[in-house]
Amino acid sequence: MSGEVDLLYSEVEEELRASVRALLARKASAEAVLGRCESAEPYDPALWRALAADLGLAGLAVPEADGGAGAGWREVAVVMEELGRSAAPVPYLGGAVLGTAALLAAGGGGLLPDVAGGRRVAVLAVPLTSGPGAALPATVAADGAGVLRGRVTSVADALVADVLLVPARDADGVAGLYAVAAGDVEIVRRTSLDLTRPVAHVLLDGAHGQLVAAGELAEAAVRRALLVGAGMLASEQLGIAEWCLATTVAYVRERRQFGRAVGSFQALKHRLADLWLEVVGARAAARYAAATLAADDPDAEVAVAVAQAYCGALAVRAAEECIQLHGGIGMTWEHPAHLYLKRAKADQLALGTPGHHRAELGRLVGVHM
Amino acid sequence: MEQTDVRERVARLLAEHDPARTDRLAFLRARFDAGLAWVHFPVGLGGLAAPRAHQVLVDEELAAAGAPDNDPRRIGIGLGMAAPTVLRYGTEEQQHRFLRPLWTGEEVWCQLFSEPGAGSDLAALATRAVRDGDGWVVNGQKVWTSSAHTARWAILVARTDPDVPKHAGITYFVCDMTDPGVEVRPLRQITGEAEFNEVFLTDVRIPDTHRLGPVGDGWRVAQTTLNNERVAIGGQAMPREGGMIGVVARTWRDHPELRTPDLHQRLLGSWVDAEVARLTGERLRQQLASGQPGPEGAAMKLSFARLAQELSGLEVELLGEDGLEYDDWSMRRPEIVDFTGREAGYRYLRAKGNSIEGGTSEILRNIIAERVLGLPAEPRGDKDLPWKELPR
Ligand SMILES: Cc1cc2nc3c(=O)[nH]c(=O)nc-3n(C[C@H](O)[C@H](O)[C@H](O)COP(=O)(O)OP(=O)(O)OC[C@H]3O[C@@H](n4cnc5c(N)ncnc54)[C@H](O)[C@@H]3O)c2cc1C
Repeated sequence: MSGEVDLLYSEVEEELRASVRALLARKASAEAVLGRCESAEPYDPALWRALAADLGLAGLAVPEADGGAGAGWREVAVVMEELGRSAAPVPYLGGAVLGTAALLAAGGGGLLPDVAGGRRVAVLAVPLTSGPGAALPATVAADGAGVLRGRVTSVADALVADVLLVPARDADGVAGLYAVAAGDVEIVRRTSLDLTRPVAHVLLDGAHGQLVAAGELAEAAVRRALLVGAGMLASEQLGIAEWCLATTVAYVRERRQFGRAVGSFQALKHRLADLWLEVVGARAAARYAAATLAADDPDAEVAVAVAQAYCGALAVRAAEECIQLHGGIGMTWEHPAHLYLKRAKADQLALGTPGHHRAELGRLVGVHM
Repeated sequence: MEQTDVRERVARLLAEHDPARTDRLAFLRARFDAGLAWVHFPVGLGGLAAPRAHQVLVDEELAAAGAPDNDPRRIGIGLGMAAPTVLRYGTEEQQHRFLRPLWTGEEVWCQLFSEPGAGSDLAALATRAVRDGDGWVVNGQKVWTSSAHTARWAILVARTDPDVPKHAGITYFVCDMTDPGVEVRPLRQITGEAEFNEVFLTDVRIPDTHRLGPVGDGWRVAQTTLNNERVAIGGQAMPREGGMIGVVARTWRDHPELRTPDLHQRLLGSWVDAEVARLTGERLRQQLASGQPGPEGAAMKLSFARLAQELSGLEVELLGEDGLEYDDWSMRRPEIVDFTGREAGYRYLRAKGNSIEGGTSEILRNIIAERVLGLPAEPRGDKDLPWKELPR
């Protein structure tokens, strides 16, 4: 268990954080993100290139032999924290986390070098609400030649995917994970609660899929991807909560009413102290999940369930407190707080709700009904 | 100091003092002299100046060898609060006089801080210490003093200068609880027993050699005590399902017939919170060990108190009809403090104190808000007036 697990950030991780933060400060300011989210191009391709290819973050968890950086999920988690802090519109979760984790577990399908180099985005085509431990979605049917028919709803980051990794079943019910070119499917953008990570439905009507993994390997790859995704999402949620707390603290120190800073009123101080306490807890939980995933520690399932059950609710609470303690300005479209609320609320549903993860945990640690 | 050196020392101690054939106290003294009492303490004072993290190893290996421990539940205030303060502010002579019997449990310590008029606002304290030759004469009343009835020594804060603002006129002493001027009266608690007491100090004589830190600097010295108290109450290293969550999870597993969906959801929620608190403590210890102290210390006690209260309340509900009973209301003066001891009803009631003792949860939130988040203090008029002019 956590006895030997390092829960701190290494120097290398802190350097990584600094470079990601600096890039996001330049290219993903609140105004820039806000300006983009209602446009025809909700994702920022230039930012993605800078992150994925120039900084090499798309392949952080990919071994060097496959064209990646040979780091691991601890480092990816640091990137997720920073992306959470900026609510940046890039397909990191769908591609560099879910897609890449599925490919790594499924043998790569020849896609890893391009994916790791940031040249192609391979997104795992599952509903964003799929939690780890859930059965493989079976809404797509494959024939013997790898021709796919069906649909996958609410896929995150599908809008900018080059390749979709589609779980499907054949006539005998055998699972397969297929790589499908985005140009061969119909992708229907949904008007999404989360403005910075919109979801889309993926419709397959005779698209040709290249089989990446079959049978138990395919099922295991999707299971692993969902587990990794849920674990990494906890770090994004931590980043969201940190931004909300820091922004709110800065605001209540400045904003004056009744002749004093509103942050000197104890009712607000205690709320923010409680929030800080939860952010501190979230950091420990998210770090532990990332560390156990990176090390393939058998405790990873428990770690992810704990982190998700905790961080999912916390990010929402932090964003809600942020809006409340800003008063009227917090309710405006112009102030970025709503970007975080929308991301946090969608993240709470993503990859299993806190309730889903508590139920998983009960099963894992023997606290049964 | 490497782990292997520590291991070797443990092996040597066990070889030279076979626990099966050594008197308990003799073993504990030998352990102290071998530097294995608290390895992060200096050499000669029970330690090896080694990283604190190595202590776990020592404790595990000695427990595995069947060695006696110093029963920390009896001497929590000595270990958790007096010792770090004596180490930081004591003279060499004081350190050598006090630390060994403190650690072995030969001498129990208590904390004479709170007074009827000074609780959260400890700096308002009114107990007076007046210079008298090479010592001091102390008069006043202290309250809520845990373990005063078993204690040989007390850490004491008293007012030595009423003419300066309240934080400036305090001095910190070690008080001999066997002095004829010390009177200890039990205070019965909601649990039925009297773990704490009121203590009346009448012309108690304290030699100046039992002063800790400079005259008038007691408030600063007391901060060391209080910071350590918070870590001691909520910051102990725990295995998964250690502490209250373990007790309640066991009750849950043993009683399938009592389970309800509501309690199940709440228990799982608390399980998550307890694990997160445990990981937070683990992370804090790693930060301290690698020399990056974080402000998470005050956080530990806050979440500890909330969890202990939630879980112990849940357990009483879970027990159904058994939850209507209590093990024993008779007035006792216990020698140990054990938050997870006795039965569910006792644990439920005792946990109420967790958000009061060692700084209330409200005060801890103030501390986090002001010292960690940098939020402005409430306007107050008591900080700059001489203590004697404060309204009381
Ligand atoms: C089980 C137990 C054991 C104890 N053992 C010891 C011991 O061994 N030695 C010792 O010296 N003391 C001991 N104490 C005393 C303890 O430290 C005090 O009770 C505590 O500091 C609170 O002081 P008080 O009781 O005077 O409450 P008060 O300070 O009067 O507080 C009353 C209420 O007001 C709130 N409050 C006070 N000030 C503020 C503020 N600024 N903002 C918001 N809320 C505020 C408090 O949180 C509390 O809810 C013990 C207490 C308990 C319960």
